[in-house]
Amino acid sequence: MTGLLNVLVGVVMGLNLVALAGGRLPLLIRTVAVQGVLLGLMPLILEHESPDWKLAAVAVATVAGKGLLIPSLLLRALRVARIDREVEPLLGFVPSLLLGALGTLAAVVLTEFLPLRAEHAATLLVPGALASVLTGFILLAGRVKALSQVCGYLVLENGIYLFGLLLLGSTPLLVESGILLDVTVGVFVIGIIVDRIQRTFDSLDTRRLTVLRE
Amino acid sequence: MNEWLSLGLIGVPLLGAGLAGVWPDHRTRPWLLPAVGVVHLALVLARAGQAPVVAPGAWLGFDPLARAVLPAVSLLFLGCAAYAVPYLRLRSERPNRVFVALLLTVLGLVSAGHQARHLGLLWITTEAVTLACVPLLHFNGTPRAFEATWKYLVVGGTGMALSLLGSFCLGYASLHGGGQGDLTFAALAVQGPELSRPWVLAAWVLVLAGYGTKMGLAPMHTWKPDAYGEAPGIVGALLAGGVTTVAFTAILRVRAVVGAAGAGAVADRTLLALGLFSLVMAALFLLGTRDFKRMLAYSSVEHMGLLSLGAALGGAGLAAALFHVWSNGLTKGALFLSAGNVRRAAGSASMDTARGMARLTPGSAGLMVAGMFAVTALPPFAPFFSELRIVRAGLTEGRGWAVGVMLLGLLLAFLGMTRVVFGVVEGRPAPAVRRSAARFAETAGVLVPPLALLAASLALGLFRPTGLEAAWQAAVAQIRQP
Amino acid sequence: MSEIGLMLLRMAVWLGLAPLLPGLINKVKAAVAGRRGPPVLQLYYDLARLWRKGVVLSTLASPGFVFGPAVAWLAVVAAAALLPLGPLGAVAGFRGDVVLMIYLLALARFATAWSAMETGSAFEGMGAAREVSFAVLAEAAVIAGVLALCVQSGRLTLADMLGESAGPGAALLGAGLFVVLLAENCRVPFDDPNTHLELTMVHEVMVLDHSGPLLAAVLHGAAVKLLFFAVLLVQAVLPMGHWPAGTALAALAGGVLLVTVGVGLVEALLARVAFRRVPLLLTSAWVLCVFALLVAWKGGGR
Repeated sequence: MTGLLNVLVGVVMGLNLVALAGGRLPLLIRTVAVQGVLLGLMPLILEHESPDWKLAAVAVATVAGKGLLIPSLLLRALRVARIDREVEPLLGFVPSLLLGALGTLAAVVLTEFLPLRAEHAATLLVPGALASVLTGFILLAGRVKALSQVCGYLVLENGIYLFGLLLLGSTPLLVESGILLDVTVGVFVIGIIVDRIQRTFDSLDTRRLTVLRE
Repeated sequence: MNEWLSLGLIGVPLLGAGLAGVWPDHRTRPWLLPAVGVVHLALVLARAGQAPVVAPGAWLGFDPLARAVLPAVSLLFLGCAAYAVPYLRLRSERPNRVFVALLLTVLGLVSAGHQARHLGLLWITTEAVTLACVPLLHFNGTPRAFEATWKYLVVGGTGMALSLLGSFCLGYASLHGGGQGDLTFAALAVQGPELSRPWVLAAWVLVLAGYGTKMGLAPMHTWKPDAYGEAPGIVGALLAGGVTTVAFTAILRVRAVVGAAGAGAVADRTLLALGLFSLVMAALFLLGTRDFKRMLAYSSVEHMGLLSLGAALGGAGLAAALFHVWSNGLTKGALFLSAGNVRRAAGSASMDTARGMARLTPGSAGLMVAGMFAVTALPPFAPFFSELRIVRAGLTEGRGWAVGVMLLGLLLAFLGMTRVVFGVVEGRPAPAVRRSAARFAETAGVLVPPLALLAASLALGLFRPTGLEAAWQAAVAQIRQP
Repeated sequence: MSEIGLMLLRMAVWLGLAPLLPGLINKVKAAVAGRRGPPVLQLYYDLARLWRKGVVLSTLASPGFVFGPAVAWLAVVAAAALLPLGPLGAVAGFRGDVVLMIYLLALARFATAWSAMETGSAFEGMGAAREVSFAVLAEAAVIAGVLALCVQSGRLTLADMLGESAGPGAALLGAGLFVVLLAENCRVPFDDPNTHLELTMVHEVMVLDHSGPLLAAVLHGAAVKLLFFAVLLVQAVLPMGHWPAGTALAALAGGVLLVTVGVGLVEALLARVAFRRVPLLLTSAWVLCVFALLVAWKGGGR
């Protein structure tokens, strides 16, 4: 099953790069949505020997939240805002793609040197987590549109979720479910804010948010 | 009995929040704030009077650290709550249902955060506080408030994500060291040297970056000037004196685990560096800013730097930092509330527009000047004594150069703050400001709460109850186990 | 069959079958668009016609204008000779021949650009600049892909490394090399071979001034290059060395046909991307090849 898990994590890492290279926001949102669905499947693969209802609940909640609910909210915000693509990101598409690719390589290399438990050393979870966190940061810092930044934040959260899978079997599930809730609410609030910014500024360009600066 | 009191500290404000949510009357709803504030303070004092004994495996508990910090937050909240009643009457054009409910929610969650003894629970409460503050920050509903809220959310959300990653790293350190998945701080500290050291260090860096963002340590402070500048004075006071302290105690709790794992020296060095950097950065920004509410934000960054610095300077320094939590919270509360009055009267927070406020709002302007002197460590007020203790701790620890940098930062901050505050207070008011101030009545309701907070700061400077000193020492013993 | 005969057969395949591919691509495009299209053998007729014509030489041009296409053609054919044709094998092979192959492709590009500059026309210079700037990125992708094959098989000879399976990264490598194929052969979405607007041309504009036999060499060389990349792609992905000769040959032929049809479909269905997006696409191809390399390195390469 480690093989299947690694393939899924590998796809997630590939989707990171798609998110970095794609200039169209619907593509970006769908990429993140597919990532969410894949992440939701992972707990089931990881703990396939002892499935229980809590695990299934986490999987369903992740798929529903990260894969369906949040992307549909984002797509709705997109329709409201009538924007389609990222214009002139602060960090260009090619540099961000290269940075992401280099970061992914570095994550794989770095993981060789990390002290991991034997059952985790063979999985791609840690490099996948590191690469996703880095990708999230590149999107957060390098993009101009508010929705792109939200997607970056989601990728960042996905990376953290991947890392959390290492602890899935051993720490009480309460932590995971609470986190999931918070993440969902957090992004939901961000979505509302985006909506309000839209109404106030009539634009989703965070470069316009420059009245306050020192 | 004790457990019930602890839970009551969380439950009563949350219950009050629920009540505020369904309370039908717009005008009487703000009275819930002081009512809950009084009950909360009474509960805190009742609980603090008893021995801080907590079951070792408990996820929540009024332990020595909570005992050393939470009463200050409760006191500050009561002051802000008393101020909120006249303030919300002035702002009767804005709906206050969400505002009141969320202020109470923040109090409940901050109480939970201070009492959280479990890594995951601590993170969940801090994240919840972060989210609950969002509507508070855009209470004013202006485009600038939205902008500030957006920055707060992006920067704060990223910080929270990092601290979650850090918590996971700490959990993995425990797992790698053969732990059973018990993530209470007590269990982690017991596991101590068996924790996997690389993962502990990774966790420390991430936690420091994450909770440091919530605290507003430079260079993660960028959300602070905008948020404090655009939010109502009460929210600023609660953020600066209440919410940031949760992040501080979170860092302290993780610091205890890192120390138990044998990496305490590294942790102290990073805290020292981050503290000094925040101090110097804040002082430099204070020399440049022309907006007195943003000035308060930079002053808050400066004092967070002092907390971090104190925590790095051994047991005496940590006790001084806990003292400084009190003195900073109370004094900064007075300053935020009086500055809020001046801001309302002048219609602007810029020293280019607001001038001569001593003639228009003598009471608030006087309080603002007094608060400014208090927060920049004028002798009889509490900040002077807490900062003096940090200096002494630094000298005993042999960190003379750090103390030198700190004193230089304090001097620059003093210069910057006097420049702004006297720029606002002195001079002849412009006609537009006069007209604006004529609509603002300086009633006792908006003057007494900041005055009371300032008086509390003065009292804390003049005589500290022995119980308080003992509480700080007990908290130091909890964090810095030999 | 004697060794000489086999050698001749290989060269015949490379030289003789190559012009079939552009014809097939055009047929697919026509079919998708609902047209009848030119005959599949159109390029053969064109080559024959061009061969009989004379050459128009600019008074400015040095002999480099004539040498360029000749050198380019020779280099491409030499590179093709190094590439094995499945069970038919390569014309020549030795340790490290893969490096020579990459250099020969670069030499061909250099020669084309050189002869384009010889005309002294701004258009040709512009086309050469574009071609070379794309090639920088495409070459990096080819090198990364070849490295992936080396690491996966642990061999340095083309015949050996292409015979092995590309491992779990085959899909990545295949996708990366397909994009490189499109870029190297100036197909949509990088360049439009049918465009007649000089400002947007890349490859075509470089050979505007060539005529007669010189143009025939350029066109034939381009066809050989297309076949070369198709063969490389198919062999990189399929573990041909482990199959019986007949199956392997059929698979190779089928694979090349599939790639050709794929190119035709891409050309019929996709629009050309804007120039400033081309580096992104080529970087993606490079990243794909690098990840194939990573997979080969991590996942049980020998």
